[in-house]
Amino acid sequence: MKEILRQFICDNFLFGLQRDSFSDDDSLLEKRIIDSTGVLELIAFLEETFGVKVQDDELLPENLDSINRLVRYIEKKSKAAA
Amino acid sequence: MQLEEFLENSARRSGDKTALVVGERRLTYGDIERQANRLAHGLIAAGVERGDRVMVYLENSVEAIVAVFAILKAGAVFVMINPTTKAEKFSYILNHCRAAALITDGAKLDSIRHCIAGSALKAVFAEALADGERQNGRRILRLESILVDEGISSEPPPKRSIDMDLAALVYTSGSTGHPKGVMITHLNAVSAAHSIIAYLENSADDVVLNVLPLSFGYGLYQAFMMFRVGGTLILERSFTYPAAILGRIVRERVTGFPMIPTISAMLLQMDLSKWDFSHLRYLTNAGAAMPLDHIAKIRKLMPHVKIYSMYGQTECTRVTYLPPDQIDIRPGSVGRGMPNQEHYIVDAAGNRVGPGVVGELVVRGSHVMKGYWEMPTETEKALRPGLFPWEKVLHTGDLFKTDAEGYLYFVGRKDDIIKTRGEKVSPREVEDVLFALPGVAQAAVIGVPDKMLGSAIKAVIVPRPGVRLTEQEVLAHCASRLDDYMVPKFVEFRDEMPTTASGKVAKLILSEQARESI
Repeated sequence: MKEILRQFICDNFLFGLQRDSFSDDDSLLEKRIIDSTGVLELIAFLEETFGVKVQDDELLPENLDSINRLVRYIEKKSKAAA
Repeated sequence: MQLEEFLENSARRSGDKTALVVGERRLTYGDIERQANRLAHGLIAAGVERGDRVMVYLENSVEAIVAVFAILKAGAVFVMINPTTKAEKFSYILNHCRAAALITDGAKLDSIRHCIAGSALKAVFAEALADGERQNGRRILRLESILVDEGISSEPPPKRSIDMDLAALVYTSGSTGHPKGVMITHLNAVSAAHSIIAYLENSADDVVLNVLPLSFGYGLYQAFMMFRVGGTLILERSFTYPAAILGRIVRERVTGFPMIPTISAMLLQMDLSKWDFSHLRYLTNAGAAMPLDHIAKIRKLMPHVKIYSMYGQTECTRVTYLPPDQIDIRPGSVGRGMPNQEHYIVDAAGNRVGPGVVGELVVRGSHVMKGYWEMPTETEKALRPGLFPWEKVLHTGDLFKTDAEGYLYFVGRKDDIIKTRGEKVSPREVEDVLFALPGVAQAAVIGVPDKMLGSAIKAVIVPRPGVRLTEQEVLAHCASRLDDYMVPKFVEFRDEMPTTASGKVAKLILSEQARESI
């Protein structure tokens, strides 16, 4: 899952550059990898790829702001749905 | 009155009041005043003189706010740099304004360190650095130690400027491709702030949450306005995680929230009934016109909230606002002139035109800039003789018309400047970067209508024969050289470019084709 997320972020927000320029714990916002239009693309990708439904009140850095947070969030959502 | 007195007066009147909230940090007016005074002494000790330019290259942060007031207290001129600005443009501005000092952070300093050699910088103040580090003979000082250094006086240094002195250079995209430094005096900034405060009816009870970059006038003035009235500013870095921002609006009992259309578009995709906005008094929109359906939906969702549609430009900060009681009557208007300002619309020959006729908006007032820093030709185009022989008035380059009652409607730009995410982008600046990519034979940049961005930037490229370029290559090249908001959203490759009779790229045809394909 980490690999899929990293690939998406690199392809869409870093245009294929600097694959290793951020760690799994780095804040995507602080590293200026994601912005407000990017977050919408990210959500569409999560919903399409992992089948989760992102609720409006879940649009929080705690859920979305690093690869590790995304993994935890998707796992939690998938469990809840199962 | 000078701009730094906004802080000084509030610190004197209500020193213990919360002035600024950033993340977990809450600072009082007294805290900020003392930190700004220390940094002002630090700047003076580093050799910054009256009228010197000092660059601020920081994210929205406590330090950025303290830096602005410290620079003013030192009698110097602040130059805010967008935190996404890359080394090439940074270097251009650094040398163009011959900055005497730079206030930044460690990570940003690393990205532009190579630009410092050969510049006029006397000192660099950066967060997270060892004190006394030397770079090309210049001192690099630890910003955070100066702000709390008990050995430095926390009293203001003696005043060195008067209100006709420059307070800021605000760099904005120019049609020639090089950014222009708009010269704003203390009087200009104080006048604009006072007019805006008057129509928004701001008071010490206001709590404004700002997500817009402080490098953007609309963002920076939120701080000036709150500090002038002794209110509270909640500063965020962006609107990226909307639920976090909305949660903060509720928790901090925010009364004012400045928006650009990108933000209202995101808000309206959410179910807003989950949040309690009963404390919210007003929303403002500027940067680009808010789509009419956004206005209608927000009115329905938050009937108690006043919505101010506004229009301005860096050259005079703000021009118009639509009184909230008019928003249902003429939602497409950006309103009328703000207090202490005159304006009129002229045709190509400079004659005033009546209602319904499109012409260029001309603005007159003490908020109008002094010109573009060391660009006399550009300045002459914008500042021209006015009503009286002793004055210059601002020709905005923006086309407007009025209705019978004098309310203004934005029609378009006289030049080809693109407004995206509320900021101006010169197609030429983006094209220059595209031409630097090997394999590009021809390039044209246009704006295409976009619900989220106002206009989205589109690059049309004709590759050199035999060269295969990919969209990703083009975007990666742009992202490493342009501010984030200037990076094209769309890239189209063509075998040839449509041209006009004179052989120039026919952008009108490109724009029409782009519009048809949406």
